[in-house]
Amino acid sequence: MDRSDDSLWEQLEPLLARVQKPARYIGCEDGMTAPEHRPDKVAWLLAYPDTYEIGLPNQGLQILYEILNERADAVAERTYAPWVDLDEQLRTAGLPLFSVDTHRPAGDFDILAFNLAAELVYTNVLNMIDLAGAPLHSADRTADDLFVIVGGHCAFNPEPLADFVDLAVLGEGEEVIGEITDVVHRWKAEGRSDRADVLRRLASVPGVYVPSLYDVTYAAPTAGFTQGPIESVTPQFTDVPATVDKRTVADLGEWPYPKRPLAPLTEVVHDRLSVEVFRGCTRGCRFCQAGMITRPVRERPADQVRTMVADGLLRTGYDEVSLTSLSTADFSDIETSVLGVLEDRRAAAPTGPDGMSLGCGTTINLPSLRVDAFTVGLAGQVTSGRRSGLTFAPEAGTWRLRTVINKLIVEEDLYGAVESAFSQGWTRLKLYFLIGLPTETDEDVLGIAELAKNCVKIGQRHTNRASVTVSVGGFVPKAHTPFQWFGQNTREELERKVELLRSATRRAGNVNLKWHDPAATTAEGVVSRGDRRLGAVIERVWREGGTFQEWGEHFDLDRWTKALAAEGLSLDWYVFRHRRSDEVLPWAHLSAGLHHDFLWDDWQAALAESGVEDCRWTPCYDCGVCTGYGIEHVVASPVPPAGGSQGTGQDLARGAAVPLHLTFTPVDAPTASSGVRATPIEAADMAVTS
Amino acid sequence: MRLRIRYGKLGKVRFISHRDGARLWERALRRVAVPVAFTEGFTPRPRLSFGLALPTGAESIAEYIDVDLVEGAAVDGTDAGMIEALSDALPVGIDVHVIATLDHHGGSKRTSLQDEVTSTTWELSGPALESTDLASASERLLATDELLIERERKGRRSVDDVRGLIRHLGPDDTATRLIAELSTIGRGLRPAELASLVGPDIAAVDVRVLRTHQWIEHDGERREVLSLPVGVTALGAVSA
Repeated sequence: MDRSDDSLWEQLEPLLARVQKPARYIGCEDGMTAPEHRPDKVAWLLAYPDTYEIGLPNQGLQILYEILNERADAVAERTYAPWVDLDEQLRTAGLPLFSVDTHRPAGDFDILAFNLAAELVYTNVLNMIDLAGAPLHSADRTADDLFVIVGGHCAFNPEPLADFVDLAVLGEGEEVIGEITDVVHRWKAEGRSDRADVLRRLASVPGVYVPSLYDVTYAAPTAGFTQGPIESVTPQFTDVPATVDKRTVADLGEWPYPKRPLAPLTEVVHDRLSVEVFRGCTRGCRFCQAGMITRPVRERPADQVRTMVADGLLRTGYDEVSLTSLSTADFSDIETSVLGVLEDRRAAAPTGPDGMSLGCGTTINLPSLRVDAFTVGLAGQVTSGRRSGLTFAPEAGTWRLRTVINKLIVEEDLYGAVESAFSQGWTRLKLYFLIGLPTETDEDVLGIAELAKNCVKIGQRHTNRASVTVSVGGFVPKAHTPFQWFGQNTREELERKVELLRSATRRAGNVNLKWHDPAATTAEGVVSRGDRRLGAVIERVWREGGTFQEWGEHFDLDRWTKALAAEGLSLDWYVFRHRRSDEVLPWAHLSAGLHHDFLWDDWQAALAESGVEDCRWTPCYDCGVCTGYGIEHVVASPVPPAGGSQGTGQDLARGAAVPLHLTFTPVDAPTASSGVRATPIEAADMAVTS
Repeated sequence: MRLRIRYGKLGKVRFISHRDGARLWERALRRVAVPVAFTEGFTPRPRLSFGLALPTGAESIAEYIDVDLVEGAAVDGTDAGMIEALSDALPVGIDVHVIATLDHHGGSKRTSLQDEVTSTTWELSGPALESTDLASASERLLATDELLIERERKGRRSVDDVRGLIRHLGPDDTATRLIAELSTIGRGLRPAELASLVGPDIAAVDVRVLRTHQWIEHDGERREVLSLPVGVTALGAVSA
């Protein structure tokens, strides 16, 4: 197959000798498919717009890869962003983007489908479309060109990419990819007639959004700015839906994928088996887009989890498995599941006379742990060997701010978890926090340092080596969340807060502070809530050489600010400005099922420091998803898990003292100086009724 | 008990690094349920030892790995089923050719393969070599008393004489490929470095490299670590 006429391998091989980490481009993984291409099949090239190391473990891509290749009428291969060295080699040699499975040129495929997991990869999307040999703008593509599709979490606001993509898919892909395949298959069988015609047909597939079939108009500039918000978004035809709804798989148990997980030949970011235990999360953290757009909670049957782990470990030879979800300790059967997995492994192990063999020592990874002692006890049961590090995400430094963001961890629970971890042999803790959250004061920021120091004190009662790493990221408001109306902190303000933390932790030897670059946070903010006018900005950044913007050594905020200025657009307007309830947000015609009123009320509740409980175990508060889509939570346990932390059964009234308020629009200085928005100002405008 | 495995690395997988290879072997051995011994200590690791590193991009039909088995484990290394099962569990292009059982014990006193091997044979090919008079180039190099190359390591420049490391050099029967036996003493001489000595126009990056043998010389006698069984010898041709 490598030496068939369709493969570029012979031409690629000499180039690979000239680049770093050539194993990124060879494919050959366990679980790889070398599908048989036929003209009547719909050929998908599934793309991850960042390096192989980051993209290979992506579960969404692996799931779709397998489901498509199981179909008789489709084939799927994979591609990842070639690193800058190979990109240059390919362009010099006149070679296109290629698949890693059979090294076919991208142009041989019907569909180039991107998984969008982060905003800063958008310039890589453009680069890959260009490298694939397709016209960059969807308007310039003809019936012979590929269809460019985006999916994944960022596709819930695909507007900044509207000029470049043919379709965006909202929500879970398991079912909708089959429906898209059907439409494209029929269109090919009919002789690939008019491209506009097939796009129109695709627009009627639920979950599929075709940006080119909507007209967007803009209102007069907002006072103090050169640009105004969207006035209207109108479908061009009556059969094109005014609102596109997300897709949701009702029963995760029907989709036990990946069945043949890809085990890479070279190092990747998550080099272990992953088994998804549930989808969705209703903890209701207000900053968290994943928790909002993936509702409701759907658990995988516990026996299926056990089978998938046993099969996957056997198939791949891994000795480590991650049970993945947005909050794995919330899985109803978590304890019996992990014990079952360990039992299966012991039974399967060909134990030698001295009791040591490769079958022993399986490690179960529980990412996204809730913060409480029960959870730590669970983690203690499943990690074998050295207990090096454990990670918690309190997200905010004070209870007050945690009620604002609805991450309802009380300090007793955090310290209980920390005590439990150190007493069970862990020596290093990692704590994740956000800075730049709504209503945040310097006291909240300094609370982060306080928490960290207290954790070290607890640890030192158990070990001299106790250390705590504090990792802070600047908060970027996301579409379809209660914080979508919030004006992000400026770069200067985030830098000031980082500096506060640096001086507060400087003398605390066992507290290590790490932070995400506030400049990158600013650029993420541009794209996160951007509209179609940003297409020209992204294109400029890409043309100026701005690929791999997720990578510190390639990122440059100046490229972004210059591109915005060149297009007459405003950083302040996109990023730092609070929005009103009645503003037409760029994604208003795209729905994750959440009512506008639910999100707005939750935003108001946040400002009033009022928490909400998890609706898995308490009455529905009508966010709109279950009722709107006729789906329900699939949760095995009727009661919240043991441990009780994080918003289940807590006294939510405590701590809500003096509510702070936000100014509505930033003060009109173009790059508002730090401190301006940290000062609480009259709230009049924030109380806009919904 | 220790298994000594000779395997090949041909085709696309030549771009996997030596370090990546270690992970692949761990997974493959687990899949085949070989009862591998573990190191002692807080984080036990499977007791595998790899021979001389193969440069990323080079192919080979003479790679080695030593696998220590748990006490008392009885594994028949000559079992064809095991050779096949391991090859199946490894990526396409990595194939097991021979498994030998070494009985000696002795923990830390055991000499590693890396220390035992004294020289390795390479086959160099590619368009740049085809257009070079390999016979006279080889004669020219072998006639010199010293061959100085400049290297940089950890920011320090050094000039090394590598003449003594070339034990054999000459074209193959087709006169299009270069066969070289290079000593592995000290820092050794990498085949890519040799290629650039052969001709000023030869870019090392354009030369295909295949390791065909690893030799142990003892008391003036040279033997191959493990010989390929009859019938597998033609493998070199695959790498054209």
